[in-house]
Amino acid sequence: MNQFIDWITQPWPWYVAGPMIGLTVPTLLLIGNKTFGISSSLRHVCAICVPAGIPFFTYNWKKEMWNMLFVVGVLIGGFIATNYLANPNDFILADQTKADLTALGITDFSGLMPSDIFDWSVLFTAKGLLFFVVGGFLVGFGTRYAGGCTSGHAIMGISSLQWPSLVATIFFMLGGFVMTHLLLGPLMSLVGF
Amino acid sequence: MKVAEKNIQGAAVCDAPNSQENIEKGLALVKYMIVGILFGIVFVKAEIISWFRIQEMFRLQSFHMYGVIGSAIITGIISIQIIKRFNIKTIKGETVNIPKKEFRKGQIIGGFIFGLGWAITGACPGPLFAQIGSGFTIVFVTLISAIVGTWVYGKFANKLPN
Repeated sequence: MNQFIDWITQPWPWYVAGPMIGLTVPTLLLIGNKTFGISSSLRHVCAICVPAGIPFFTYNWKKEMWNMLFVVGVLIGGFIATNYLANPNDFILADQTKADLTALGITDFSGLMPSDIFDWSVLFTAKGLLFFVVGGFLVGFGTRYAGGCTSGHAIMGISSLQWPSLVATIFFMLGGFVMTHLLLGPLMSLVGF
Repeated sequence: MKVAEKNIQGAAVCDAPNSQENIEKGLALVKYMIVGILFGIVFVKAEIISWFRIQEMFRLQSFHMYGVIGSAIITGIISIQIIKRFNIKTIKGETVNIPKKEFRKGQIIGGFIFGLGWAITGACPGPLFAQIGSGFTIVFVTLISAIVGTWVYGKFANKLPN
C-alpha cells in the first residue's frame, strides 16, 4: 500500500495522464450521451446568473447542469490531489524555461505556480490586472467566440475527426506562441517585472 | 442574417451539449461530478495546471504537454471509432450522438484570442477550476474575469464577424 502511495504521489508521466484524459470522452458519451467540454460551464454561469435577455444566454440551462457538476468535480479533484496526493519532491522545470522566466523577472520556482504572480497581494497591482483580469477575460471571450476550449475542440473535436476543431486548436497554439514569444516579455516589464 | 444567427446558435450549443433524451436530476448527476473529480486529480498530478508547464509548452522546451494532449486525442479517436464500429449504446440504451461542429470565423479569431489568454494565465478553463481547488484561490479572480469575457462575447455575438 505504501509503495502504491509513493508511486501515485510522484508526478504522473504524459503517457499515463494523456490516455486518462482521453478516456473522459467515451466515459461521458457512454454514461449519459454527453459531449466533453469545459468552457461551456462559463456560459451556463452567465445563463444562470445574468442572462439579461441576451439570446445567447437564453436556453434551457437546467438540462446542462451536468456540466456544472463536472467542473465542481474538477475543483474537488484539485483539492484532493493537492492535499492528499501531493508530490513530496521538488518541482522540476526545464532549465531553459527557468532561465527564460528568470530573465523575465520570475523568482519563485518552488511550486506549480510562481508566487511572484499567483498571490492575493498581486491583485490590486498592474501585474494583477494583466495576469488575472486581462488574461481571464481573453480566455473567457476567446473560448466562447471559438465555440470551445482545449477540451471541447482539441480533445473532443479532434477525437471525433471534426476539422473545424483542428483549425481552432491551431489558432489556440498560434495565439499562445505569439503571446509567449512576442508580447509576454514587453507586457511583463510594463507591469513592473 | 437568418443563416448567421442559426450558425451562432448552433455553435453556441456545440461545445458540450447534452444529447441524452432521458432527463436526469439530482443524484443521477453525481456521476458527472465523480468523473470531474478523477479528471481534476489527473490535471494536478500530471502538473497540467502549472503555469510553468504551459510556458514550457509554448517555448517548445518540454515534450510533456504535447505528450499529454497528443495521447489524449489518440485515445479519444480510438474510443470513438470503437463506439461507432460496434454501435455501442449509452448505459440508458441510447445511440451515442456527437453533434457536428460547423466551421466559423470564430474558431480562427476567437481561437487566437483564447491562445493569447492561455499563455498569460497558464490555464485553459479546466485547469482554472483545478488551480482553485489546489489552493491557488487568487485564480478565482481569473475565473470571474473569464465569466465576464464569456458574457461580453454573448452580448456582442451578433455584431462580431462569424
